[in-house]
Amino acid sequence: MSLVQDTPVDAALSPFGPAVALSCRECGARYDLGAAYSCVECFGPLEVAYAFGTVTREQIEAGPASIWRYQPLLPVAPWAADEPNLAPGLTKLVDARNLAAALGVTGRLWVKDDSGNPTHSFKDRVVAVAQSAARRLGLTTIACASTGNLANAVAAAAARAGQRSVVVIPSNLEAGKTVTTATYGGTLLAVEGSYDDVNRLCSELIGEAITADWGFVNVNLRPYYAEGSKTLGYEVAEQLGWRLPQQVVVPIASGALLTKIDKGFRELVSLGLVEDAPYRVFGAQAAGCSPVAQAFDNGWDAVRPVKPDTIAKSLAIGNPADGPYALDVVRRTGGAIAAVSEEEIVEGIRLLAETEGIFAETAGGVTIATLRRLIADGRIDPTADTVVYNTGDGLKTLDAVAEHVSVTATVRPRLDEALAALVAEGSTTSEGTAS
Amino acid sequence: MSVTVRIPTILRTYADGASELTVDPATQTVAGVIDALDAKAPGIGARILDDGGSLRRFVHVYIDDEDVRFLSGLDTATPERTVVSVVPAVAGG
Repeated sequence: MSLVQDTPVDAALSPFGPAVALSCRECGARYDLGAAYSCVECFGPLEVAYAFGTVTREQIEAGPASIWRYQPLLPVAPWAADEPNLAPGLTKLVDARNLAAALGVTGRLWVKDDSGNPTHSFKDRVVAVAQSAARRLGLTTIACASTGNLANAVAAAAARAGQRSVVVIPSNLEAGKTVTTATYGGTLLAVEGSYDDVNRLCSELIGEAITADWGFVNVNLRPYYAEGSKTLGYEVAEQLGWRLPQQVVVPIASGALLTKIDKGFRELVSLGLVEDAPYRVFGAQAAGCSPVAQAFDNGWDAVRPVKPDTIAKSLAIGNPADGPYALDVVRRTGGAIAAVSEEEIVEGIRLLAETEGIFAETAGGVTIATLRRLIADGRIDPTADTVVYNTGDGLKTLDAVAEHVSVTATVRPRLDEALAALVAEGSTTSEGTAS
Repeated sequence: MSVTVRIPTILRTYADGASELTVDPATQTVAGVIDALDAKAPGIGARILDDGGSLRRFVHVYIDDEDVRFLSGLDTATPERTVVSVVPAVAGG
């Protein structure tokens, strides 16, 4: 499917910006823009089709300091930034020199740190786009099936906008995600089952009368929602001075984030906003839930579902519907997908924290550990420029590292005990403490 | 040996808007259930199965709470009073 098609719409006037239709990714059938996500012909997923007009770097740079600077590239109204929302995005691209040194990377290495979003994960981006679509479609309640980060983002976005929210989660999520979601308010429904069970339940709820005016951001609003992830591609290119990185490492849960970062890169090229330079996309999974990595290793085009068992709960989707598309992107660009053990995840979290002062959640640990693994295997070029995506905040998944770290020493509030402990630990010298 | 099939919203046009249909399959398997469903709601079978007769990539079929891809696929047994759910795949996240 061509990225640029149809007659360009006036993105400055249209309620959906440059979006013109929903299009089936499998059979190409087209539908009017609406709250639909699945092709009537073949069940294939629907995605937004655009007719972009002229978009310039200057136009984007003059926009808001949030994802809304990319409004001419998103399925949202030009006035989306003025409606109540969390204004996510434009998070830091951290020049990770210490991490590069630790990993033997001699090229440049950056961490796109999306824990800097309002609810501390990249999910604020996708929810903001879905929330805008919900408004246009007259849906008054925003809802979601979530592994936790999305729960935070939906409940907080609804609170900001004065909307009702309904969040459905597996009952075994980390406290850091359930407590925060409950604090933002709204309805929080815990399901005694896996995330895949929750996802299925929400798909079935869509047909019920009670949900007639609900927008499930990652179900019936999914075509719009997923487009929000393109901004993680746009921002990196803009922050690098309007160029594409040579390599990116992206965590895979559903596979949508990885495919949309690639889509964002390709759109920038097709619109002439960046030079058409080759790049490679690498995917990261936890070994305890690695259906896409397994498919990659086995040369499969389809993804065989698995039952997740990993501390990386935000990546614990055993039946990732965008998995085949993630495989396509990785193979097309000459990348790879690797899966890492629970121990490696924890080491990844600690390595990023110790080298760059960035405390990632378990998904970030998966990504850093995968970067390390791919360098060791010779599959990532350590001399090339690389961006790794940290999608969430470690404060939400404290349990993952709590048993691996501790205070250095505990003393009574006495100078001699403090000095003894510090000398014993070797963090300073007795001479150094004399003054 | 009747089996209840739950119909997703996008396929209810084939079933006169019904959210559930009860069928009596000739063979007690998922494939048999889909055959019987298609006899009752003509055209619905081709939406669930591809031209080669396999389950389409973006549709899930559950026997009670288990995805048939974890069982025996279209050959999975569907005993009396089984509830079969047809659900479009959604990527989640």
